[in-house]
Amino acid sequence: MEPNREERGALVRPYAVTRGRTEPARDIAIEAILVTTFRGRQEAMYAGRDKHMISILCDGRPQSLAEVAARMRVPLGVARVLVSDMTVDGLLALHEPAFDDNEDDRLDMLERVLSGLRRL
Amino acid sequence: MDYAGSDESQSVPPERIRSAKILLAGGFGVGKTTLVGSVSEITPLTTEAVMTAASRNIDEIADVPDKTTTTVAMDFGRITIAADLILYLFGTPGQSRFWFMWDELNRGAIGAIVLVDTRRLMDSFSSIDFFENRKVPYVVAVNLFDSAPRYDVDEVRDALTLPPDVPLVLCDARNRESAKRVLISLVEYVMHLHLRTRATASVVGR
Repeated sequence: MEPNREERGALVRPYAVTRGRTEPARDIAIEAILVTTFRGRQEAMYAGRDKHMISILCDGRPQSLAEVAARMRVPLGVARVLVSDMTVDGLLALHEPAFDDNEDDRLDMLERVLSGLRRL
Repeated sequence: MDYAGSDESQSVPPERIRSAKILLAGGFGVGKTTLVGSVSEITPLTTEAVMTAASRNIDEIADVPDKTTTTVAMDFGRITIAADLILYLFGTPGQSRFWFMWDELNRGAIGAIVLVDTRRLMDSFSSIDFFENRKVPYVVAVNLFDSAPRYDVDEVRDALTLPPDVPLVLCDARNRESAKRVLISLVEYVMHLHLRTRATASVVGR
């Protein structure tokens, strides 16, 4: 039975979309990148309005978890639960930042960021 | 060629997209969002994180839930460095009482910028202490408000009791080139630290 969430007001609504869950299946960094998969393009429309919107948001435009939360106007924790479900279901590809990079990878990234900033 | 579905191959995303983040800290009204807006390719966005902290001192009050929650708003911007590398700039709340909850935000960050207003230097102490204690590399950027008194860089450095190797730069958060310069000084500093660590290690390793 679909709860009538519109009637409950804005205070309750965000967690209604996650059916009360506040813990995502996997921990996702705030800057982790999400891209809609081919499957997501085909199937997210059947996963509910919020997930469908996220699939449109991240289609061909890599978006971070923070961007998904901001553009969906939901708290970060809610976005994390939705996005986590979607990656488990193969609707989104998750690109986690590599915290465990070795020193060379890290320096290489820093160099690229530096030259990118200089080009701005 | 032009049949339905042919656009699937048009925007093939890179196999691995990396993201990096820089934190921007400082007191309330110091210009964090202005600085983010000066360099960001998107209009700064705001996300609200609901922070949950186990309470420690009110256990004896049986009716109070054992967790307290606080909503913290963060402004952030984005700079796409390349198709496979995106940099985010997160403005973090200045109030020191939130800082213990921000380990998640620190994790993997390139480093931090502490934005300072010379009229309210004290507001930046908690941010500086925080990054010092957690060994997060940081630079200090003095936002030159039109109405703020101008001090010599060394005077500000002394007032903040900054370690000598921490870069201190002057900036105008409204100015794109100036804001860019602040980010560049942080990344250069972090690279310098990496290379210094590596050089030390190779000398010791001999």
